[in-house]
Amino acid sequence: MLFKDAMLEIGLDVPRSGVASSVEQAIDLADRVTHYPVIVRPSFTLGGSGGGIARDETELRALAERGIKSSPVGTVLIEESVLGWKEYELEVMRDRADNFVVICSIENFDPMGVHTGDSITVAPAQTLSDREYQVLRDHARQVITRVGVETGGSNIQFGVNPRDGRVVIIEMNPRVSRSSALASKATGFPIAKIAAKLAIGYTLDEIRNDITRVTPASFEPTLDYVVVKIPRWDFAKFPGVPQTLDTQMRSVGEAMAIGRTFKEALQKGLRSLEIGADGLNVGATHASPLQTATPHRIFEIADAIRAGEPIEKIAQESAVDPWFLAQMREIVELENELKTHTLETLPKDLLREAKRFGFSDAQIARFVKSDAAQIRARRDAPVYHRVDTCAAEFEAFTPYLYSTYETSDEAAPSEKNKVMILGGGPNRIGQGIEFDYCCVHAAFALRDLGYETIMVNCNPETVSTDYDTSDRLYFEPLTFEDVLNIVERESSRGKLCGVIVQFGGQTPLKLALPLHRAGVPILGTSPDAIDLAEDRERFSALLDQLNIPQPAHGLARSLDDARIIAREIGYPVLVRPSYVLGGRAMAICYSENDLAHFVAEAIIAAPDHPVLIDRYLEDAYEVDVDAIADGTRVVIGGILQHIEEAGVHSGDSAMVLPPYKVSFFHLNTIREYTHALGIALGGRGLMNAQFAIKDDIVYVLEVNPRASRTVPFISKAVGVPLAKIAAQVMAGKSLDDLGLIEEPRVDGFFVKEAVLPFKKFLGADALLGPEMRSTGEVMGHASDFGRAFAKAEMAAGNRLPLAGQVFLSVNDFDKSAILKIARDLNAMGFRLTATRGTAEFIARVNLPVEQINKVRDGSPHIVDAIRAGQIALIINTPLGRDAHSDGKAIRVAATQYDVPLITTLSAAQAAVSGIRALKAKQLKVRSLQEHHSSQK
Amino acid sequence: MQRRPEAILALEDGALFRGRAFGARGEHCGEVVFTTGMTGYQEVLTDPSYHGQIVIMTCPHIGNYGVNDDDAESARPWVSGFIVREASPVVSNWRATGDLESYLIAHNIVALTEIDTRALVRHIRTRGAMRGIISSDDLDSESLIHKSRASRAMSGADLAREVTCTQVYEWNYGVIASEAKQSPTSELEIASSHKPLLAMTRAFHIVAYDFGIKHNILRMFAERGCRVTIVPATTRAEDVLALKPDGIFLSNGPGDPAAVTYAIEATKKLLGRVPIFGICLGHQILGLALGAKTYKLKFGHRGGNQPVKHLPSGKVEITTHNHGFAVDANSLPNAVEITHVNLNDNCVEGLRHKNLPAFSVQYHPEAAPGPHDARYLFDEFARMMKESK
Repeated sequence: MLFKDAMLEIGLDVPRSGVASSVEQAIDLADRVTHYPVIVRPSFTLGGSGGGIARDETELRALAERGIKSSPVGTVLIEESVLGWKEYELEVMRDRADNFVVICSIENFDPMGVHTGDSITVAPAQTLSDREYQVLRDHARQVITRVGVETGGSNIQFGVNPRDGRVVIIEMNPRVSRSSALASKATGFPIAKIAAKLAIGYTLDEIRNDITRVTPASFEPTLDYVVVKIPRWDFAKFPGVPQTLDTQMRSVGEAMAIGRTFKEALQKGLRSLEIGADGLNVGATHASPLQTATPHRIFEIADAIRAGEPIEKIAQESAVDPWFLAQMREIVELENELKTHTLETLPKDLLREAKRFGFSDAQIARFVKSDAAQIRARRDAPVYHRVDTCAAEFEAFTPYLYSTYETSDEAAPSEKNKVMILGGGPNRIGQGIEFDYCCVHAAFALRDLGYETIMVNCNPETVSTDYDTSDRLYFEPLTFEDVLNIVERESSRGKLCGVIVQFGGQTPLKLALPLHRAGVPILGTSPDAIDLAEDRERFSALLDQLNIPQPAHGLARSLDDARIIAREIGYPVLVRPSYVLGGRAMAICYSENDLAHFVAEAIIAAPDHPVLIDRYLEDAYEVDVDAIADGTRVVIGGILQHIEEAGVHSGDSAMVLPPYKVSFFHLNTIREYTHALGIALGGRGLMNAQFAIKDDIVYVLEVNPRASRTVPFISKAVGVPLAKIAAQVMAGKSLDDLGLIEEPRVDGFFVKEAVLPFKKFLGADALLGPEMRSTGEVMGHASDFGRAFAKAEMAAGNRLPLAGQVFLSVNDFDKSAILKIARDLNAMGFRLTATRGTAEFIARVNLPVEQINKVRDGSPHIVDAIRAGQIALIINTPLGRDAHSDGKAIRVAATQYDVPLITTLSAAQAAVSGIRALKAKQLKVRSLQEHHSSQK
Repeated sequence: MQRRPEAILALEDGALFRGRAFGARGEHCGEVVFTTGMTGYQEVLTDPSYHGQIVIMTCPHIGNYGVNDDDAESARPWVSGFIVREASPVVSNWRATGDLESYLIAHNIVALTEIDTRALVRHIRTRGAMRGIISSDDLDSESLIHKSRASRAMSGADLAREVTCTQVYEWNYGVIASEAKQSPTSELEIASSHKPLLAMTRAFHIVAYDFGIKHNILRMFAERGCRVTIVPATTRAEDVLALKPDGIFLSNGPGDPAAVTYAIEATKKLLGRVPIFGICLGHQILGLALGAKTYKLKFGHRGGNQPVKHLPSGKVEITTHNHGFAVDANSLPNAVEITHVNLNDNCVEGLRHKNLPAFSVQYHPEAAPGPHDARYLFDEFARMMKESK
């Protein structure tokens, strides 16, 4: 292996390892060189995709096979386990004059064995003496020089044996990475921005430090605070996948918090995650052993401390450094002290100390049996310190702020008219960077209108948390307490014209009403209108009043309620909790048995709210509309048709703009309804409406008076900056003023396709459903639908095959419709394979089809064929009552062996169009700029 | 939870910072300065250049990795007081042999914790380094402010005399094992454990003036095959020459360089006789001996992240600094060239005589704590001695 050899050549130590291109070779390496446990890493995959830890030969066999398959070069690295060692990262930069700087040192709370993307990480490193730290720095310099990174940033990961200090180089990424984004936010040193300047020939000393203005970028940031990053996982969306963490990254987002101490930053970080914790709370009841890293281990460790376990023992079990555990113990000790008081006896000093330890008002209130408002009334306001790269050695001119309970405040609010934008918090499935895009555009648009813009967010992966996106940046949790603190500080001078809650997804939207009640001005659509749209009963009454059809529905507060409602409206029904995004715990129920199970889940997902039960419109087409309303006018930005039929979450469905299968009449009905709803809700700003068309009736499914996931997609397709315009509308401009008075015309076709993470969640069923699971999206554009679709699939990493064997397995409902698809595929030269039922059906119309065994029929069966690489495309539609077990085995194998998988008929039809287009003509490229300028 | 007793820092300008006592109890005056290094508190405590100063660590968590025998830069801590935001309740490091608080108590260092150190640093940055007093005994603010005003001022103070060795001694130790094994930094540096390097051929004999010398400087010389004789600050030039040195080293140290008149005089006599290398106070003394002037900086440079440009090559080094005085660039005679400048404030960081074998740097190429970017200077001195031999 090249990297390892290079490291050995310059005298650095690495874990013992070897590369295997076959399972046998892997086993041989483990026996002779590394010994068990071993780490398996597929070569050249992002985020260590397909890797894992093998404790014995059986485990190694499975991991090596999968890893070799998922590596684009067909090899895996078999490595000596350094599990339980301390893990460090250095973010470094180098310029063409060989100047070298360390931007940030990071120490992982979770020891080696957990992917760094899945680890809680802390900056700066806390438990290394200078002598040890400088050894890492020297190594980093040697590594970047040896690898030959002439200019730019790199990330170098180290393992350190806590018993003797042996240092091994784990890996280096000769590029900006997730960690460099984190390091940039953690230090105030914008790595990517500086790397770009270095790439065009500047040297570090020629670039100015934006924050101090007087010093150059050729220095090493020093921190007088502590940064904690905590990953956010969405395991609940992948039933059947064990919730344990290993070298495969599975988190979908992260929150970062800044505090003067680790304790303060940790608690702020935990409440930033929006997982129901407001600090270092009591853990889940299903405690797992502490040596198993899980998403909730941090809470379980805290519980062990609460139970009086000595930290030495916890350190031994978990391999978490005792220093971190001691800090957590201090939190628990203070918690115990708080519990001995009531609100009346709570000493002011103790309250202040609790705030300095990062406790939220809500936590303290629980301990003293009071409520958060009472605590708020009794405590001091926080102060704001600046992130300045230099520990206050130089004056900071950039208001990049974090709250803390100290004595000096550096917020220095201005006299200007200001608008505050609340960001989306950590990325999660259902609420990703689309919302950050909207927040950033809002900041730009409002700055253009002359407002001072104030951004509040806690997601280090975003552009909104760049210190130069808005005029002022507060890197803070998006909770009522933390946001209100900022509102109060900013309102002390100048005029806070309002807070924008529409652009950050559900996170800020949930704060709209509490902030409004606290007297904070909310810009745009009123909190009452937001509630009107979100509250199922109120919204339903509005639709009746407007005479707009909606699917039959009811609200259940218990399982009995749910049964009665379901019987009344008829199965199948769609069950979902209120106030969640991304279809969390949303399911289609075909029977009372299904219902019982899913209603229980929905109650868990949103315990304080009723469960929504809707008539499920089978085989309906769904349509999404994004529009802007200004109180008198509603202008549609774009109408998107889902490619998958109803039942697949809009976030997971491919979509096409303009709609390709909706009649002019229905489109006009949709436009009318959108307009009527926009006016009736009194919307000011963005709104998103979802419709379903079944049997010639257009139903409204829901209306969201906020930015939607599709706003960036539509803005790019139609060439109109919807988020910017909406922000200006919210600030008081009319659509007339802004020149947006009619729905933009769309030229050609734009297809959005979801990027699905099933490869990282092996064992989960890749069947699309009402629960969203995609973690990203891509756009394909062409003058016809087929090529636009083909491009989108290509971009999403689904290679549509041009030849080979297609496996078909569809349920009875879909059998007649599959015939046309089978015929088209046959005509394009594909060979058809199917299991018995489908094969017989196809054979009836005289199409050549090969029959293959189902898994339960025995080998050689379809999964064997997939494993052997004989299948180029799988069309498997289990939509219907059963077909879950065999279908799941096929879909899991498809994910594992990277075979394109299609689970709905409409997507299969789209794929046929795509393949046809690919075979007919080469794809062409045109920039969006060219496309839009040719429109004018 | 157990809470520490109250303690106060009072500054001569009347500012008060109320926190809690850490380390030894009592009261101590000193010039209040801050260092921005995130690691290396034990090296800071034991660096004689901090003699007479109360040092603020800007990094909030201090004491995390404890203390050990290898990381001391001299025989004992020298700071007059120590200020940290948060003292670690535990020690976590495989090299640790003790905890920070016990170390401070054993050496009678009064420390203060749980204050807004950033507020204090901003105060010092804006008003300049000033005298202060830390006390865990007397908690009366008026009395403390009065005491701080009555304490010794840094300008004009000859502190080298207070920290220098009393007797001549030799140094034979290389870099410590954990570093040597992992950190090959130059071809001249020979890996060794922390054992006497007796077997080695001693290529050069250096006589080092001890104005408060740090052990790592001595280790750097030893690693390069030098025999080092350390002499007290007041040693006369004639006595130094009698030792037949191949080179003379002027060490770092505390206080106002202009007050170290005896060393300036000695250096004048030594110039041109043997190669001279100076670090920190030694650099200022060489500057003064060459006829330049020194001045006091507003709050000095202290930390391990300072960008220094080596003018002959144009390369930037990240360096460790600990100085409150500097050589005035405008006062340098024509025979002296500036070799290094600080990119933050253009302060003189290195100089060299154009004709005589003498050079010096204001910063700390021996690091400890800090980056190892400037170790080449020790090689350069070895080269200079070789050429002059």
